[in-house]
Amino acid sequence: MTTSEAGRRTALLAAAVVLLFFASVLLGSYTVTLPDFFTIVTNHLTGGPKIPGASFIVMEDKLPRTVIGTMIGTAFGLAGALFQTMLRNPLASPDVIGISSGASAAAVVAIVVFGASGGAVSGAALAGALAVAALIYGISRGGERRGAGRGNAAGNRLVLAGVGIAAALQAVISFLLTRADIRTAADVLVWLNGSLNSANWDRAGILFLALAVLVPAVAAIAGPLRILELGDDAAAGLGVRVPAARLALVVIAVALAAVATASAGPVSFVAFLAGPIARRITGRSSLPASALVGALIVLAADYFAANLAPLLLDGTVLPVGVVTGALGAPFLLWLLVTANRKDA
Amino acid sequence: MSTTTARPTAGHGARVPAGAAPGPLRGEAPGRKQAAWLLAAVVVLVLLAAASLAVGARDVPLATVWQALTGFDPGNGNHAVVQARIPRTVLGLLAGAALGLAGAAMQGVARNPLADPGIIGVNAGAALAVVTGIYVFGITRFAGYVWFAFAGAAAAAVVVYLVASLGREGATPVKLALAGAALSAGLSSLMNIILVSSQDTLDRFRFWQVGGVAGRDWSVLLPGLPFLAAGALVVLLAGRTLNGLALGEDIARGLGQRVGLSRAVIALGIVLLCGTATALAGPIGFVGLVVPHAVRFLTGPDYRWILPFSLIAAPALLLGADIFGRVVLLPGEVPAGIMTALLGAPVFVWLIRRGKGAGL
Repeated sequence: MTTSEAGRRTALLAAAVVLLFFASVLLGSYTVTLPDFFTIVTNHLTGGPKIPGASFIVMEDKLPRTVIGTMIGTAFGLAGALFQTMLRNPLASPDVIGISSGASAAAVVAIVVFGASGGAVSGAALAGALAVAALIYGISRGGERRGAGRGNAAGNRLVLAGVGIAAALQAVISFLLTRADIRTAADVLVWLNGSLNSANWDRAGILFLALAVLVPAVAAIAGPLRILELGDDAAAGLGVRVPAARLALVVIAVALAAVATASAGPVSFVAFLAGPIARRITGRSSLPASALVGALIVLAADYFAANLAPLLLDGTVLPVGVVTGALGAPFLLWLLVTANRKDA
Repeated sequence: MSTTTARPTAGHGARVPAGAAPGPLRGEAPGRKQAAWLLAAVVVLVLLAAASLAVGARDVPLATVWQALTGFDPGNGNHAVVQARIPRTVLGLLAGAALGLAGAAMQGVARNPLADPGIIGVNAGAALAVVTGIYVFGITRFAGYVWFAFAGAAAAAVVVYLVASLGREGATPVKLALAGAALSAGLSSLMNIILVSSQDTLDRFRFWQVGGVAGRDWSVLLPGLPFLAAGALVVLLAGRTLNGLALGEDIARGLGQRVGLSRAVIALGIVLLCGTATALAGPIGFVGLVVPHAVRFLTGPDYRWILPFSLIAAPALLLGADIFGRVVLLPGEVPAGIMTALLGAPVFVWLIRRGKGAGL
């Protein structure tokens, strides 16, 4: 596939994100016309008269929900693509390697033990994700010195350490769930699945600020990343300071996954799937395309979870992560099968 | 390749692995040290079983435990307490033994130091099946969960192993861990759809999910016994076959083993063991992973010793975790499954850092 063809397909992806964004705001169980939407937004910004009902639903529910959905999709998509490229392993992603369970365990401790809610839970999740990421990185790096020069051993160790720590943290979460009151446990479960139900503008603002720092950082690191893909030795030969570049990549990828998880919970599979799907669409590994695919997945899944699932499940609004998980699992197994066949 | 590496067959077909694998076995009186250690492990296990009957929110002196076992007096409160602790102790013994044997055999058959029921998706499969049982069929008791959990565990194990063993290298640790993690994530999503929409189901399920030996009575235990016995028989008889497989598929084939068949039979035994253990006790992680590794320090690489040692040491660990969980957070209890995860994770990390095991 030529470069211009890949660029054209990336542009198509961007158009699809915009289209889906407006579809989620305007359509659904409460429909708003496009002129009404612009009236509502301009009046909200200029302090003009509100449209009764519609203004509230759009400004307090639909719009923040969709904005946050787009941003976390972008962040998860970028984080997943960074991990997969850096570890040269199509199966690595923040949910598989334990960062999400760090965020989850910290959030559950905050909710169940300290009775926290809202911003405090997000803060705890952020801290938990970063702490577990540092722990996993430390574990995999400590071993590296002894087993030096064994190709991708450090990457594999990172994955394995993540899987082990995730299992232990899962036990902590399960235990805390049995100690909580059943209502709290149900709330915790919704958070654990990743949900946009409690989206609001404060959260959107913080997330926006974080992405305003992190997305340019991704653009800056994209060059060394492409060289790292050739292998550590080749990259060192080409003048890349491999440990420093790797550390920078880890920090940026973890931060992206952590802020997204803190805003909406660990929406499963988005980080995992965005990279491979983007590769299939554009024909090569591409960070912008992965970000767009991530946003597309979250928007589509949340539209289903918020508007279609209640029709099937007597009004239960599913957490968006349940939908991404249920749709992602078959795709993932298929991906595993083809990836394993390929190296046969 | 398989024909050229098969030379050792000629002379010592009968005692292959002991000579082929370097370890403490070499040059010592065969098995005497191991037998002594095994005897010591049995003594420790008996002591732990006694402690499991005696220790808890209400401590009972060991002499009274003995009286309660030999001449039960229904009017004696202490005797009743001991009586109530018998099923959980028996379950700890059975589930621990099953997980230890299954873990050891799994590590051998997959040539994979990280094979463990928790990591290869057995727990997630069992969990989804249990949730389905609660939600769809309205099952409310542990005795009813058993069959669902067993079916789910077996199905998940088969899928994970099949997916991971595609490709040239077979089921490497990373492929197995990732396939397990991936399938677990997918199955949990399906499970969560049910749990989010039904608070009743969540309320029942969360107490199964932690994994433990408390609260199960004989009606839970007894249906599992035939499965456990069959699985244990298969795996315990497989020591020599596992020794061959541990040398690699080509060598094992050169030694005259029917690799595919023996793998399939052992895998069946493993699924019987860890599927039943998970069905009876809920998901209990890390026992099957940690014990066989620890045991290797005493036994060396010979599976004919690793298997019986795991059979004794794993229930000791599970009983120890259960006893510790009873006293650590009085008056509440921490389920054994949580304690084993907290104790096991550091060992797991240490194994990864050591990084010497096959394929790591």
